[in-house]
Amino acid sequence: MPDATGLELIAQELRAAEGAGPGAAAGSPVTDTVFFRERGTLIIEPERLRAVLAQLRDRGYRFLCSVHGVDHYPQEPRLGVVYELLDMSRVDRITVKVLLDADRPEVDSLCPDGDDGPGWPTADHQEREVYDMFGVVFRGHPDLRRILMPEDYEGHPLRRDFPVGGEPVRFTFNERDTSGTGA
Amino acid sequence: MSGPSSSEGNGPATLSEYRRREQSISLSPIEEQIAEAGIEETREELLTLNFGPHHPATHGVLRLLVTLQGEVVRDLKPIVGYVHTGIEKTAEDKSYWKVIPVIERMDYLAYYFNAMAFCAAVEELAEVEVPPRGQYLRVIHLELNRIASHLIWLGTSALDLGAVSIFLYCLRERELILDLFEMSSGQRMHTRYFQVGGVFEDIPRGFEPKLREFLREMPGRADEYGDILNSNEIVLQRLRGTCPLDAETLLSLGVTGPLLRAAGHPWDLRKADPYCSYGDFDFKIPIGTVGDNYDRFAVRLAEIYESVKIIQQAIDGLPEGPFITTDRKVALPPRHELATSMEALIHHFKLVTEGFRVPPGEIYMPIESPRGELACYVRSDGSSKPARVHMRDPSFVNLQALSHMVKGSYIADLIATVAMLDPILGGIDR
Amino acid sequence: MEVKREPLAPDADGAADRRPLVTQLSSRQLLRGSELLGLNQPAHLSGAELLEGDELERHVHERVLTTSLDKAVAWARSNSFFPLAFGLACCAMEQFHAAGPRMDIARFGYEAFRASPRQADLIILAGRVSVKMAPIIRRLYDQMLEPKWAISMGACCSSMGVFNNYALVPADKFLPIDVYVPGCPPRPEGLMHGVLKLRKMVQDDPDMGWRERYGARGTEEVLPEPGAEDRRGAAVSVPSERGRLA
Repeated sequence: MPDATGLELIAQELRAAEGAGPGAAAGSPVTDTVFFRERGTLIIEPERLRAVLAQLRDRGYRFLCSVHGVDHYPQEPRLGVVYELLDMSRVDRITVKVLLDADRPEVDSLCPDGDDGPGWPTADHQEREVYDMFGVVFRGHPDLRRILMPEDYEGHPLRRDFPVGGEPVRFTFNERDTSGTGA
Repeated sequence: MSGPSSSEGNGPATLSEYRRREQSISLSPIEEQIAEAGIEETREELLTLNFGPHHPATHGVLRLLVTLQGEVVRDLKPIVGYVHTGIEKTAEDKSYWKVIPVIERMDYLAYYFNAMAFCAAVEELAEVEVPPRGQYLRVIHLELNRIASHLIWLGTSALDLGAVSIFLYCLRERELILDLFEMSSGQRMHTRYFQVGGVFEDIPRGFEPKLREFLREMPGRADEYGDILNSNEIVLQRLRGTCPLDAETLLSLGVTGPLLRAAGHPWDLRKADPYCSYGDFDFKIPIGTVGDNYDRFAVRLAEIYESVKIIQQAIDGLPEGPFITTDRKVALPPRHELATSMEALIHHFKLVTEGFRVPPGEIYMPIESPRGELACYVRSDGSSKPARVHMRDPSFVNLQALSHMVKGSYIADLIATVAMLDPILGGIDR
Repeated sequence: MEVKREPLAPDADGAADRRPLVTQLSSRQLLRGSELLGLNQPAHLSGAELLEGDELERHVHERVLTTSLDKAVAWARSNSFFPLAFGLACCAMEQFHAAGPRMDIARFGYEAFRASPRQADLIILAGRVSVKMAPIIRRLYDQMLEPKWAISMGACCSSMGVFNNYALVPADKFLPIDVYVPGCPPRPEGLMHGVLKLRKMVQDDPDMGWRERYGARGTEEVLPEPGAEDRRGAAVSVPSERGRLA
C-alpha cells in the first residue's frame, strides 16, 4: 500500500495532471484523501472517475479487484461506489471512492472503451450488482439490468432505509395466521 | 415435407409396396428444397438455448443462455440470482459476533475462508492481534478447507465428465476432513470456529494424531485420482486444448485464483501478500502453461499436495499459547474466570448481549480462497453492528470470463469449462 | 396317526383364540361382530348393521384384498423413491454426503437421483429458496408425476433459517411438504432420518390428508386466498393475537 506521504503524492500528481490535460475541467478531481490502517483511499469527483482510473492505470494499478457500493445513510452524499485497485508487480493497493446523491446517483460506467483508454471489462457484473442493490445508474453500461433480484423487482435492497423483511416462522400455533399453501 | 422431388416415380415391380411408398417421399438435400421453394438465401439459424437453473451439469443454480450455431457456442450469457439470500443485508442487522455464521454461508464450500476474510477485516478495524497459536490453527483449518473444496470440485467435475466413481472417492476423503472439523468445533460445515481475535476453542487431544494420519493418506489418494484421470483418454481429450484463455484477458476480466495461475500468471495472495503467518511456511504455487481446461484441472490437483505440505508444517510447528486474543473487550473470557472475576463477568455479559464496538472506518481485506481473491469490505460506524459488509466473491468475477472462454467451442466443452471454472453459486449470489 | 381337527370356535371358558392366523381367518366373524370371539367390534358396525351372507363375503373380499394390495403398493413405492437431483446451496453438500460412501443412501434403494423431474417422485429441497427460484421449483414440482413427495431439507427452506429477510421464501409457502428436516446443514444422518420417516409415512398411511389440508392436488395452481396480502403485510413481526410469544 502506498504510505501516507505516497498517497498524498499520488493525489497531488492527479490534481496536477488533471489541470494540465487537454479539455480539463476546472477544479481538482480529488476531493479528499483518507489514510486509514495503512491503506489509502482517494475520494474523487464522480465526473472525473474514468480519467482518474486511467491515470492510476498508467501508474501501474492495472487490476480492478472490486466495484461495490456503500450507503452512508444519515450522512450526505449518501451513496458511494468504491473501486479497489491493485498493482500486482509492486503488490500495492489503492481505493478510489465516489460519493453520489440518492436522488440522481449516476456515474460513468467503466465497461466500455472510452477516449481515455480501454475499458475495464471486469466491472460488468459488479456494476450491475451495484445498480441492483443501490440504484446507482452507470452511464454507458452495455446491459444495465438487475442481476441478483428478479428483473421486475422494485426497490433497492441494500439501501439502509429498505427493510430487512422476512416472514414469520410458521409454528403450529400460528399456522393459520401465516400465509402458506392453503392453510 | 416441402419440395416434391421424387426421382423415381414408381419403383421396379420387385419392390414391395412399402418400399415404393418410401421412395416416393425421399427428401432432397435442404438446399435443393429451399431453391425449389423459391427462398432466396439460406441462413443457418442461431438457436438460443436455455441451460436452466435446474440442470444436472451446472454447479448450483446457474442459468446460461447459450446461442448455438449447430453445436458450436457463439454467445453465452449467464443469469444468476437464483440463490440470492440477502446475506449482506442480514449482516448489517446483526452484531459482529453474529455476522460470522451468516457470512460463512456465502461461499458454502469455503466456509472458513468467508469467516477468515470477515474476521481479518474486523481485526484490522478494531486493531486486535491474533496470537501465533490462533494463526497457525487458522492456517490448518483453512488449508483443510481448501483440500475439501478441491475434492468436491474434483468429484463434481468428474461427474460432469462421466467419471462417476471419482465422486465417491472424493467424498470418502472429504468425510475424513469433515470428521476433523467436527472434532475441533462440533460441526461439519459452517462451524463458526473462526472468531474475531483467533479461534473459538483449542483443538482437542485426539485431533493431532488424526490429522497426521490424514496427512499420511492424502497424497497417496490424490495420486490415485491423478492416475485415474490422467490415463483416461476421454478426460484428456475433453480437457486438453479446450477453451484456453490467455492471462491478459483474464486480468482485464478480474479473474484470480487457479484460473489465472493455470494461464501462467503466478499470483497467489498467500505468497504475494502473506497474511495470517503464511510467510512462515514453505510451499510452492502450481502454475499452468497453456491456460486450457487441463491446466486448470492440473493446477487444482497440485494445490492439494501443497496444502498438505502447509498443514504438515503448521502442525509440526504449532506454537503454544493462547488461541484467541486476550483482549477481553473483543473475545469471550474463558469460562473458569467467570466464577472468580467480576470484570470477566461484565465483559462476558456485554459481549453476549450487545457485542463489541468497532471504531469507525472502512477496510477491504483480501485473502486467497480456493477460487481466487476473496475479500471482505467492512464499513463500521462505531456501533456494535457493521454498517456495510460486502464480500468480493471470486466466483462472481470469474463468471464473466466464461463467455470469453467458450466462444467457438462445442456444448460438451462448455460443460467441461463450467466444471473447471468451479463456480459456487452461493458466492455469486450471496 | 390320528389327525385332530379343532374347530375355530373358542374354548368353553370363553377365552378367545388370539393366534394371529386365526384372527385373520375369522375376519368374517369379526365383521359380523360376533361376541363369541370377545374381540372388539368395529365401531361403525353396530348391532343393526351386521352384514350377512353374500354381502358379508363381498365386504370381506374387498377389505382384505384392497387393504393388502394398498399395503403392497405402498411398500413398493416407499422403497423405490427416485429423488430429483436438486441441490440449491450448502445442504446440497450434505446431500452429496448422504449419497456418499459412508452414509450410503443406496442401502435403502434411493441412489437413483434422476435429473429430469418427469422421472422423479421425491424432491429434496436442499438449500435456501430465493424469490427468483421459487416459481421454478414450483414448476419442477408440477412436472413430477403423481404420487410425489417433498422433503424440505435444512432450516432455510423449512422456516427461513439463519436468514429471515426479503430474499428468501419458506418452502411450504408454495409446495406441500411432507417432511421437514431441521439442521444447518443437517448431517447426512439427519437427512437419512427424514427420508426414512417419509418411507414410514408412505408405508403406513399413504394419504395422511395433507393434500386436503394444504389444498394441493395434482398439478393445480394454488391461488392465494383473498386476504392473504393483508396477512403478508405483517411480515416482520409475528402476529400475536392470542397473546403468545411474538
